[in-house]
Amino acid sequence: MTPGYDLKRVDFIFQDESDWKEILQKSLGRPSAELINELISSELKGRGGAGFPTGFKWKLAADELNPIKYIICNADEGEPGTFKDREILTKVPMKVLTAMAICGYVVGSHEAYIYLRGEYFFLQPALNKAIQEFQATCQELNFDFRINLFMGAGAYICGEETALFESMEGKRGEPRNKPPYPTSFGYLGKPTVINNVETLAHTYTIFKYGAKRFYDLGVQYSRGSKLFSVSGDTPKPGIYELELGMSLLDFVHDFGDGDTKAVQVGGASGFLVPQKRFAETTIGFQGKLTGISLPTGGSMMLFNSSRSMYNVLDNYLEFFREESCGQCTPCRVGCQQLLNGIKAVKRGEKNALYLDKLLRLTETMQYTAKCGLGQSVANSFSSIVENFREEMIY
Amino acid sequence: MTTKIKITINEKQIEVAEGSSIVDAAVCAGVIIPTLCFHKDLCVAGNCRVCVVEIAGQKRLSAACATPCEEGMEILTNSLKVRNARKQIIELLLSEHNADCTLCYKNGNCELQKLASDYKIMTQDFIQLAPLRKYQIDHYSPSMIKDDSKCIRCQRCVRTCAEIQGVSALTAAYKGDRMKIATFFEKPMNDVVCTNCGQCINHCPTGALVERNYIEEVWDALANKDKFVIVQTAPAVRVGLGEELGFEPGTRVTGKMVAALKRLGFDAVMDTDFSADLTIMEEGSELLMRLKKVLVDHDPNVKLPLATSCSPAWIKYIEHMYPDYLDHLSTCKSPQQMFGALVKTYYAKHFNLNPENIVSVSIMPCTAKKFEANRPEMHDSGYRDVDYVLTTRELAIMIKQAGIDFLKLDDRSFDQIMGASTGAGVIFGATGGVMEAALRTAYELVTGREVPFENLNIMPVRGMEGVREASILIENPLPDWSFLEGIELKCAVAHGLVNVKSLMDSIVSGESQYHFIEIMACPGGCLGGGGQPIPTNPEIRRKRALAIYAEDQGMPLRKSHQNPEILKIYSEFLTEPLGEVSHHLLHTHYTPRERF
Ligand SMILES: Cc1cc2nc3c(=O)[nH]c(=O)nc-3n(C[C@H](O)[C@H](O)[C@H](O)COP(=O)(O)O)c2cc1C
Ligand code: SF4
Ligand code: SF4
Ligand code: SF4
Ligand code: SF4
Ligand code: FES
Repeated sequence: MTPGYDLKRVDFIFQDESDWKEILQKSLGRPSAELINELISSELKGRGGAGFPTGFKWKLAADELNPIKYIICNADEGEPGTFKDREILTKVPMKVLTAMAICGYVVGSHEAYIYLRGEYFFLQPALNKAIQEFQATCQELNFDFRINLFMGAGAYICGEETALFESMEGKRGEPRNKPPYPTSFGYLGKPTVINNVETLAHTYTIFKYGAKRFYDLGVQYSRGSKLFSVSGDTPKPGIYELELGMSLLDFVHDFGDGDTKAVQVGGASGFLVPQKRFAETTIGFQGKLTGISLPTGGSMMLFNSSRSMYNVLDNYLEFFREESCGQCTPCRVGCQQLLNGIKAVKRGEKNALYLDKLLRLTETMQYTAKCGLGQSVANSFSSIVENFREEMIY
Repeated sequence: MTTKIKITINEKQIEVAEGSSIVDAAVCAGVIIPTLCFHKDLCVAGNCRVCVVEIAGQKRLSAACATPCEEGMEILTNSLKVRNARKQIIELLLSEHNADCTLCYKNGNCELQKLASDYKIMTQDFIQLAPLRKYQIDHYSPSMIKDDSKCIRCQRCVRTCAEIQGVSALTAAYKGDRMKIATFFEKPMNDVVCTNCGQCINHCPTGALVERNYIEEVWDALANKDKFVIVQTAPAVRVGLGEELGFEPGTRVTGKMVAALKRLGFDAVMDTDFSADLTIMEEGSELLMRLKKVLVDHDPNVKLPLATSCSPAWIKYIEHMYPDYLDHLSTCKSPQQMFGALVKTYYAKHFNLNPENIVSVSIMPCTAKKFEANRPEMHDSGYRDVDYVLTTRELAIMIKQAGIDFLKLDDRSFDQIMGASTGAGVIFGATGGVMEAALRTAYELVTGREVPFENLNIMPVRGMEGVREASILIENPLPDWSFLEGIELKCAVAHGLVNVKSLMDSIVSGESQYHFIEIMACPGGCLGGGGQPIPTNPEIRRKRALAIYAEDQGMPLRKSHQNPEILKIYSEFLTEPLGEVSHHLLHTHYTPRERF
């Protein structure tokens, strides 16, 4: 392999978990402020989408005075084509449970939930068994902590944290207004820490090896490693744990089929990066391009020259049109307009300038939609339309 | 003490209470931020997004209705970025909307239309989505019409039905582009738990939910020379109607309303207040009779508390939700239906009219009264007792259509022989009013003395608290009522069905022991009814209530049993309360219904 093109494979997440009891016991013996500081200095950011610093999230919840607090593990994993959270829960469930318990210890919570994607019902027996074993250990350690499994309703939007709370409360899965944020007003109105499965798994690494081992990976603002779901036109699709801060060019070198014309970074709600931008694009929380985010799946989808970018966009928009919860105007109507709009341009019913009106619309959606779903439709739309305008028209 | 914080709105610095929303704060700065899904009666949804504003230092815009002010916030409500976004959001709403305004019932009183007009949306660049859908209008209810093609999905109706009424007949269903407001299994409105209260109509910003109107039917009757058209007007109408016709909320327009009805061509203009007084005579007697049967005879078949029965939405609610408690309801018909039954009997006989040629119309603050008039059992006169029910809003429309300059009308008074009323009848329009009127009469009947409250004003039952309690100790009753000596008569008042539910649950659980409860389905009572002018909100309800009590205070007679026409109808026609004629014409029975 050419020097410089070397992607750093990392193996933390799926590393053996048999030491979980030891990690749990060790952590419960440390002052919670120390654990929070460990987490803050690791600079771990949430792997579920928004990239919020995990240590600060725990601290915010720890500072709340309410005697009742909740810990929730977000395992709704709704992004099409990603299944890394499923892998984690299958292979190293004890890591996630341990991390939840440590979080409970840190913030002062005794009740936790795993919100499991409805389609993952087959994980239920194994998870329940793991939870049982885990609870027994908690009892042995005299640590009052209960973990419950909650089966999701099967809508993509229920992965959004506040919609998830609504759904757990038996209501329609619609995102709430923010503020208030979950750390002060979450599930049942109580302070709640909600973390992605992978985020929790990383905290295990941090509590095991210390913040430095994690911090030393990655680049400024994007520390540590991340699971990526690689798919599309690649000879080796699958899940890979990679160091953050890699250049997209290096990534394509490693995973591409030699004919990569673009990569969709971050799934439907992420950005499309065309070949000419591969070199200048860094994969992390603040990439050189437009600040590339890493939504849920850390999905990397490669497209070769045989792919129609129009079809790709059409697919994404159809997804959003259906998966929008439908409550807010910019997202509900905006998605319909975008989808119908590109179809109309393709059919010649609207002229090419209509694409500019649609681009302005995505800007409005980004500024005004109520939650991350509607706000992020602009990402794929504008990056695809701006880079492959002619494919939209002809 | 709430802490004050400093913020800046459009470069003007103001102080506001910590935690107030940007929408409220803007009002203090003299700025009006447009809203659609926001309503003072309801919790904040923040879903329409027309209220977005720019906050310095933030890339995204914020929904002003849902964002609390923070110290030092700098807010722009009219920047280029805000205007562009807001305009585009309105365009989006219109692109999804069947905007045939000239054919729409809400034309002229529609919040979406007003926004479109304010922002001068004059192009239709976006693809029109409404024609791509197959919308069906639900016009199966006798009270209301639901047209989804005019719905902007603001969920005000959903929140109204859940938060104010606790019924949840309407919910948001499906997601994405298919998201819509639906009933249980999308059954028609007449086939679900809907109480027909019309609160959702009153809170709907567009033409998606409207009353089923009978304006043309009434015009036809008025034009028909062979018909004698009688109208009755409910107490709450006179304190609301003015709002539709150029008066400030809380203006009493009783005399002008009568004058307008006469100009419209009604042959007799009479007052539901009359039958409200009659209700007190019947219901008050029923209460005393039940007290006797329970306290003296220990009759296990007689139930207490006695619950009032003049709110037809409450009746439908209890039929659905507490079917085992129908025995608690007073058997009295509502004043509207008592009036209706008498029009085609007593009135017809007195003036020697053929009841077949009488058309009986009522003007009500209420859409549930449309359903009530349509009940199969409401034919005790041998005909349909009330032919058409119009809301306050429909009357205003007729007055406008007739070209009547309402502001300039001279006051006129109601016709005889069912037009006289007392202050007790008037306060039926406010929550607590039926209770107060009943106590004024029953207490005096039992003790021979006036109720022990200054100026007859029973303040504990007044106000806007969701559930209120009062009790009156009975001392030195007249000999006939000696069994009530020392009894503390316990009463409760509830309005808004969500409050009614908590009252009923406390009765069901045995936690509360009342003798008499007054229930009105709508917040504030009829003055806040679903058929009242739009908008109705807490402030407007308060003003209407003040007007009702002022009207009562200004009446020469303020106790139902003093009404001369009531005395007359008992001596000439009904003989006595709960007598045989009353039983036939003024009382009714109820139907248990399914919970879904
Ligand atoms: C439309 C939408 C869907 C989301 N789906 C998921 C999901 O499936 N899993 C997840 O962990 N986070 C999801 N999120 C992000 C969550 O709202 C939340 O930010 C996250 O769970 C926080 O955890 P973290 O701090 O560990 O990333 C979604 C967000 C949006 C806007
Ligand atoms: S942005 Fe979309 S998904 Fe989010 S609240 Fe609005 S309609 Fe629902
Ligand atoms: S609901 Fe309003 S905007 Fe829509 S057609 Fe009716 S008046 Fe016009
Ligand atoms: S009329 Fe009343 S009960 Fe019926 S849907 Fe509307 S608010 Fe609910
Ligand atoms: S019916 Fe009216 S109140 Fe209900 S969502 Fe539609 S527009 Fe809003
Ligand atoms: S009025 Fe604020 S979002 Fe609708």
